[in-house]
Amino acid sequence: MADKVLMKGNEALAEAAIKAGCRHYFGYPITPQTEVAAYMAKRMPKIGGTFLQAESEIAAINMVYGVAAAGKRVMTSSSSPGISLKGEGISYLAGSDLPALIVNVQRGGPGLGGIQPSQSDYFQATRGGGHGDYHMIVLAPASVQEMAELTVLGFELADTYRMPAMVLADGTMGQMMEPVSLDFAVSPAPEKPWATTGTKMAREHNIVNSLFLTPEELEQLNFTRYERYQTIEANETRYEEYMTEDADIILAAFGIAARVSRTAVNEARKQGIKVGLIRPITLWPFPYAPFAKAAEHAKAFISVELNMGQMIEDVRLAISCKAPVTLCNRAGGMIPSPGQVLEAIQKADGGVSK
Amino acid sequence: MSMKRFLFSGFGGQGILFAGKLLAYKGLMEDKQVSWLPSYGPEMRGGTASCSVIISDEPVGSPIVAEPDILVAMNLPSLDRYESAVQPGGMIFVDSSLVERKVQRDDVQVYYVPATKLAGDNGMPTLANIILMGKILKVLDEYEESSIGAALQKVISARHADMLDTNRKALEIGANA
Repeated sequence: MADKVLMKGNEALAEAAIKAGCRHYFGYPITPQTEVAAYMAKRMPKIGGTFLQAESEIAAINMVYGVAAAGKRVMTSSSSPGISLKGEGISYLAGSDLPALIVNVQRGGPGLGGIQPSQSDYFQATRGGGHGDYHMIVLAPASVQEMAELTVLGFELADTYRMPAMVLADGTMGQMMEPVSLDFAVSPAPEKPWATTGTKMAREHNIVNSLFLTPEELEQLNFTRYERYQTIEANETRYEEYMTEDADIILAAFGIAARVSRTAVNEARKQGIKVGLIRPITLWPFPYAPFAKAAEHAKAFISVELNMGQMIEDVRLAISCKAPVTLCNRAGGMIPSPGQVLEAIQKADGGVSK
Repeated sequence: MSMKRFLFSGFGGQGILFAGKLLAYKGLMEDKQVSWLPSYGPEMRGGTASCSVIISDEPVGSPIVAEPDILVAMNLPSLDRYESAVQPGGMIFVDSSLVERKVQRDDVQVYYVPATKLAGDNGMPTLANIILMGKILKVLDEYEESSIGAALQKVISARHADMLDTNRKALEIGANA
């Protein structure tokens, strides 16, 4: 196909951000996301954008805050330990209702951990990470094409709902190359009448702030924000189902784990085991509905994750514990093989047939 | 459905990742589904490097090649590490100028190519990887296809366009080796 090129996930993500109109990028190098920063360093000066390697992750996220307040599409990227450092700034973005895109190409943890792929920041991404009551929209790509497309979607949703969005990838998604088409539509950023762009003595001051010392006012802001979150839960939940219709066993997996799981589903189907896969694309909002629906016929669920079992809690919540949910996992930078997932399926099938 | 899983492995600096990329681009040119995944880490020239390449008619599931159909071993540690992982009935391509031992297994097809020596003899010391690729494509009966030329143009940056002909020649040397 003429319009497809081979690109690393990190590079496709960076180019997609530029296509989405992002002209301001602030980052700090850390494996396995450094190609994002390197790509931005190469491209931004050529298109009149800003690439700035900050002195730290904390500095970078606060630069993001500044550009977001000025109403421009802005991005930062890092990997797990760096995202922890950005946690405070992300909370401030959420508390100030500012749109921005944060990319986490996860590596094994906790602490400095390792540099190999991981999904162990699921809790951090979906439950906060920073302090206070807030959510980010969390998008989980499972291909290089999605690294690009979900980046664009992240900018769009962040703008629509005035909140930070995160692309939660992992080392594999960042490092692998696949054919990718960057020929897709992008909605331009909407008007942002709230942005601090200078009054030109013609309007009231716009103030961007997350400090509210009157508890009644702060409570009301939290209430209003959570009403917005409900709208997002209703309208923006995304997922993919694979062979779930007649499935006795349902796998839950996102990102690279979903790729491995899909291979395992194909193998298990060859053995006559009725197994399917639900792949959340938005981790927040989590796709509770398809899991609840599947629980009407499925007898067992398996959560396949590159961590010690984090998304499994959402799977259990989604199906109201109607069926057993087991964990098939590796951690610390290791990745489950299709064979390991197949074994978990066979084990669950043994339980189902009994 | 047809799917081939390749594992390229050798020293950093031998062009392991480049060879894999060339193969992946060839697949892309032929409208195949492809994936390319490098090992990454605190690696440097002279350290170990490997990459997984999958060329398939169907969408690629896991991009990780743990049990390759085709192993390309450009140094001894690579052969030691991955020989036992190759699928029965699979293939192993060995740079026999750098790997002195023979493959122990008898359930795989083995091709010994003195790629590094051939590269040196022909004045292209950095192209042992491409010489091996020529042999692989010949054995897989995919050498004649024009897509490899187009793939070369894709992976060789404009800055190094003068290397195109040398790379083509390297492929040819490998194919006839």
